[in-house]
This record gives sequence, C-alpha cells and structure tokens, in this order.
Amino acid sequence: MLKTFRTSDRTLMVLFTIFVLAAPLIMAPLGAGYPDLMQRFAIYGIFAIGFNILFGLTGYLSFGHAAFLGVGSYSAVWMLKLLSINIVPAIIFAVVVSGLFALLIGFISLRRSGIYFSILTLAFAQMSYNLAYSVLTPITNGETGLQLDLTDPRILDTVNETSQVASPSFLGLEMGDTAVVQFLGMDLQFNVGFYISALILIGMFYLSLRIFRSPFGMILRAVKSNQTRLNYTGFNSRPYTLTAFVISGMYAGLAGALLVCMDPLAGADRMQWTASGEVVLMTIMGGAGTLIGPVLGAGIIKYFENIFSRINESVVEGWFSALPDGVTDFLTAVVSPFLGSGWHISLGLIFMLVVIFLPGGLVEGASRIMNLVRRLSQTRKTTSSPSVARPLGDDESPEEPPPGSVNTRES
Amino acid sequence: MGILEVKGVNKRFGGLLALDDVNLSIQQNTVHAIIGPNGAGKSTLLNCFIGKLLPDSGTVKFDNSSLIGLKPFQINQAGISRVFQTPEVFADLSILENVMIPAFAHRDGAFHLAPFRSLAKETAIREQAEKILQDVGLVDERHQLASAMSRGNKRRLEMAMCLVQQPKLLLLDEPTAGMARADTNNTIDLLKSINEAHNITFVVIEHDMHVVFSLADRISVLSQGHVIVEDHPSNIKGHPKVQEAYLGTAETQ
Repeated sequence: MLKTFRTSDRTLMVLFTIFVLAAPLIMAPLGAGYPDLMQRFAIYGIFAIGFNILFGLTGYLSFGHAAFLGVGSYSAVWMLKLLSINIVPAIIFAVVVSGLFALLIGFISLRRSGIYFSILTLAFAQMSYNLAYSVLTPITNGETGLQLDLTDPRILDTVNETSQVASPSFLGLEMGDTAVVQFLGMDLQFNVGFYISALILIGMFYLSLRIFRSPFGMILRAVKSNQTRLNYTGFNSRPYTLTAFVISGMYAGLAGALLVCMDPLAGADRMQWTASGEVVLMTIMGGAGTLIGPVLGAGIIKYFENIFSRINESVVEGWFSALPDGVTDFLTAVVSPFLGSGWHISLGLIFMLVVIFLPGGLVEGASRIMNLVRRLSQTRKTTSSPSVARPLGDDESPEEPPPGSVNTRES
Repeated sequence: MGILEVKGVNKRFGGLLALDDVNLSIQQNTVHAIIGPNGAGKSTLLNCFIGKLLPDSGTVKFDNSSLIGLKPFQINQAGISRVFQTPEVFADLSILENVMIPAFAHRDGAFHLAPFRSLAKETAIREQAEKILQDVGLVDERHQLASAMSRGNKRRLEMAMCLVQQPKLLLLDEPTAGMARADTNNTIDLLKSINEAHNITFVVIEHDMHVVFSLADRISVLSQGHVIVEDHPSNIKGHPKVQEAYLGTAETQ
C-alpha cells in the first residue's frame, strides 16, 4: 500500500531537475545566464543544502561552515597539482578531508548546544582562516592563494609539457568550455562546468531528500524539537548530531572542491566568518528545514551579489531617462543607493522583511500564496456551482499522508 | 528480589541531606507509589533512578544490574521508561512520529546509522505505533502536530511513547499534576487499563492521595529523605507515622 517514494516528492524531484538543467534558458532573460554565475548558483546551492541538513533538521546553528568550504578547496587544488588535472580525484579527496575535519570540529563543538555551539564553530573557522594565512603558508600559500602551476608534478597525467597551465577537466572536457546557442535573440551559454555542478547539485538534492524522509531525518528533527526527551527515549543524540554535522561538512567540502574546479585558485578568504554567515543567510532566507529553500536562498543571494552590484548610477539613470529631467534626477537619487555598491542595503532589507513576515523563509511565502490561490479558486467554484460536488480525482491523495508530511514548512 | 532494588542511597545537597539511607524493593508487576510531603526527597529519589543525579552512596539495581552512572538513554535501553511531570513530547512532530521515534529506539538501539533508509518502508514500526495510539485513543488525530494537543492528550501521547517500547518499568512523576478532576480520573483509568493489559511495573511519585489510593498496590512514604513506612494502601491511611509526617506531631496533653 505504502509507496516507497511519495508522489509529491517525485514531482518535486522532477521539477527541480528540469529547472536546474534548463537554467541557462531561464537565467538568460534575467541577465544571469553566463557560466561563471550559474556555476556559483549550483555550487552555493550544494553548500546551502548541506548546511540545511545540520541547521534545518537539528537546529544546531554552525557559524563556521566556511572552514569546510576552504578545506575542500585547498584539498582539491592539491589533488589537481599532485595527482591529476581530472576533477574526480580532487572532488573525492576534498570530500574525505573535509569530512574528517568536520568529524574533529563536530566532536568538540557538539559538546555544547545553542549559542555556545555557534561560538565554538565560529572560533574554529576563524582559527582555520588565520592559520591558513600564517602558520600553514607552506600548504595554503598564504595571501597569494594556492593555484595551479607549470611545475606541478601531476603524476597520473602523462602529457605534461605544454607551456600553458592546464585547466581542470573531466573526460577531456574543460570546465570553461561553453557552447553558445542563439535563441530568441539571446545568447544561451551551455557550459561544461555548470552542467557538472548541476548534475552534482541534483544528486545532492536527492540525497538530502532521502535524509529528510528517513528515520534518521526524523530523529534529527526530534533533536531540534526536544533533545532532553529524545535522550530519555533511549536515543544517544550526540552521534546523530555528529553524523549530521559531518554530512553537512562533506557537502561544504564538495562545494569548495567544485569552486576550485571551476576556477583553480584557493584563498583563505573563503574561510572567513562572512562566508560562514552567508550560508546562514541563504538557508534562513530560503527557508530552514525545507528541502528547496536553501537552493532558492543561495540563488537569490548570489544573484544580488553579482547582478544588483553591477547596476550603477548611469544604468539607473537610463531607466528613468524618458521622464522629465528633475524627476529623473530625483528617482535616480532615491533608487541608486540601493543598487550598485549599495546592493547590501537591498539584500539586508529583503532579509529583514523575510525574517519578520515569513519566518519560514521564501518557501513559506510561496506556500502561503499557493494556499490563498487554492482557497480563492475553491470559493469561486463553490459559489458558481454550489450543487456540484468536487470531482473525486481532484484531490490526488485520498490515502493518508505518511509521517513527515505534517510539517507544513516542508515542501 | 524485586525488579528495582534500592539500598542505602544517600544524597546530600550542601547542608541538606535530601536522601537519608533510602531502601526500597519494588516487586515486579505491581503499582508502587512513593508519596510524601513537599521536600521529602521524592523527586531526588526519582532522579537517582533515571541517571539525572548520582547518589553519594548506595546502590540502585534494576534487574540485578546497577543503574548508577548510566546515562538517561542507557537507562531507557535497559527497560525503564519515564513519564514527566509536565508532559514532554516532540512538539514540532506529528503524534504518529512522536510514537514512532521511541519505537525505533526500542528496535534499533541507542544509535543506528541508516541515513538513507526510507521512512515510508517502515510499515512494521508504523503499525505498531498506530496500534498503541489506538489503545490510548489518539489514533484519529495521529497526523496532527503534537504542539496542538491539550495537556491531557499530551499525557496520553507520552504514555503511548513509553508503551511502544514495552518497558519493564514505567516511572511516573506526578502523572496528574495540574490536571482537572475529570482529566485526573481519565488518567487513572488509562493507567489502570495499561497496567492490566501489559505486564509493566509502575513506580508512581504522586501528591494526589486520590490517585495514589485508586492505583497503588503498595505505598512507600518518604519523609525528610527517609522511608518511614512501606505497606499496603489500606494500612497507610491511618498509620500514625504517616499522619505525623503530613500533619506534624500532635500536641500531647
């Protein structure tokens, strides 16, 4: 009777896959259809999905996840330098190393909860950041950042005599390779690096869906809800939270590895606390504890960072140029502080609005709108033809929803 | 030999001797009530059973193995479930999930790593949880969030969470505290029916004499950290030591 995979989950998975794979088409009209930015959407989406497994499910707010991003980046560059320019060993190595690193930090930090846990993770991340700049310079190459070199040994790659620094590749396809297709007057850019990140993003999304729908995920939600009760229920909660921490650390390491596969330069900046804060913003903005929210949040924040920041005063003036001079000047003066270098102001305002009015993030907003539309269409249906009963097939699940579906914020 | 044997337990908080050489033997399949005036040490004693407090000296043995120094989850895994004074449930989870979690703990142990197993495939656990919810009368609202329940229903849910683990011993810390009389009577009926249907030993810590005398097979009276009387309910009511503990010493003419 019970389906192993719920219909709604399958729909979600299919829609997500289509949306991600069609991103070059969807993003082009928004001015975001270029490879560099789309790669970042996918990679930070992975980062946020992983963060959400820890924060969204267990409620443990880590303020140091950028450390794993950085560790993943450094490990991946080292693999690209020492072993092969192929991205696969680099990614695997980065995930393993960041997982071990997360095991260590999680083991210590998870002895505390709440604000103390957050501070511990923050301290570890800042420590990693400063170590990368100072003591660990032989490994991290300090301020210059770690990058590929002509003298890299790359023991698995036989041909190595070119005068150009190789760029990371997969099965002979370089990450920077892009096919440009003309479509309705737009240049659609289909980029190898983006599609590799996108496929990994889809896989990681599926993995997170499976975790959300597993007994393990349910126990993690119980940690968030009432950890004391969970301990008196016979569960040792520490290994569960530690597992969630390590999984999310590995997601971050994967994201870090992908970042350097697209652009083989690892710098310590990636580990700074602002980067840790960014993933928190992404998750909360999209909707912590929801499946799709973190990806949404990551997309929006990266969009702001890259698109809004480019709209300078002259562009704004162009928008209002049809209006009388005085009005143009006035509107430009009002609008431009929120764009260009002031994009943080608009992002901050949106974040405030989301947190105040939609504590469940943008996903909550979307589900509220859906409910409203459904209610409106239902009332119209009943007022126009009150005698006609609703067709039975309309509601697709006459069978009872399985556990995990009650949480309205999960969608 | 009882299922729970407490021998010579002492616990001191600074200058206060909260438990003073407490000895208890709780027999299998009985309802054993521990009563006493405020500050007698009832809660302290309970906390020594569940791993929240470490007694200064003495032994607490359950099924012939010591409970001293065990963590709460280990004590639960040994077969002791606990009902809290204020019902503690997983408020953000559905009623059904609330019962499935202890069922998983009972089946899989304190830590079992299978992050990708599908919850929808766990039909056995689900059916088990639904059956227990049927028993306590919550099966119809099983998909609602636990946070929306009344206090009386939370108590029922908590009982279901304990029962699904088929514990050997159930600790109840003032199960009717703060309840209206009707709710109290419902809870008494619920506890009675559970006690008859399952072979579970109950240890009830209670203030309300009505509850104690309608449930207990045996009563221990605690006063100033010491067990002053242990007897059948019928012998407790008129016992001079008990009256003394509750009402103070009568002025002798």
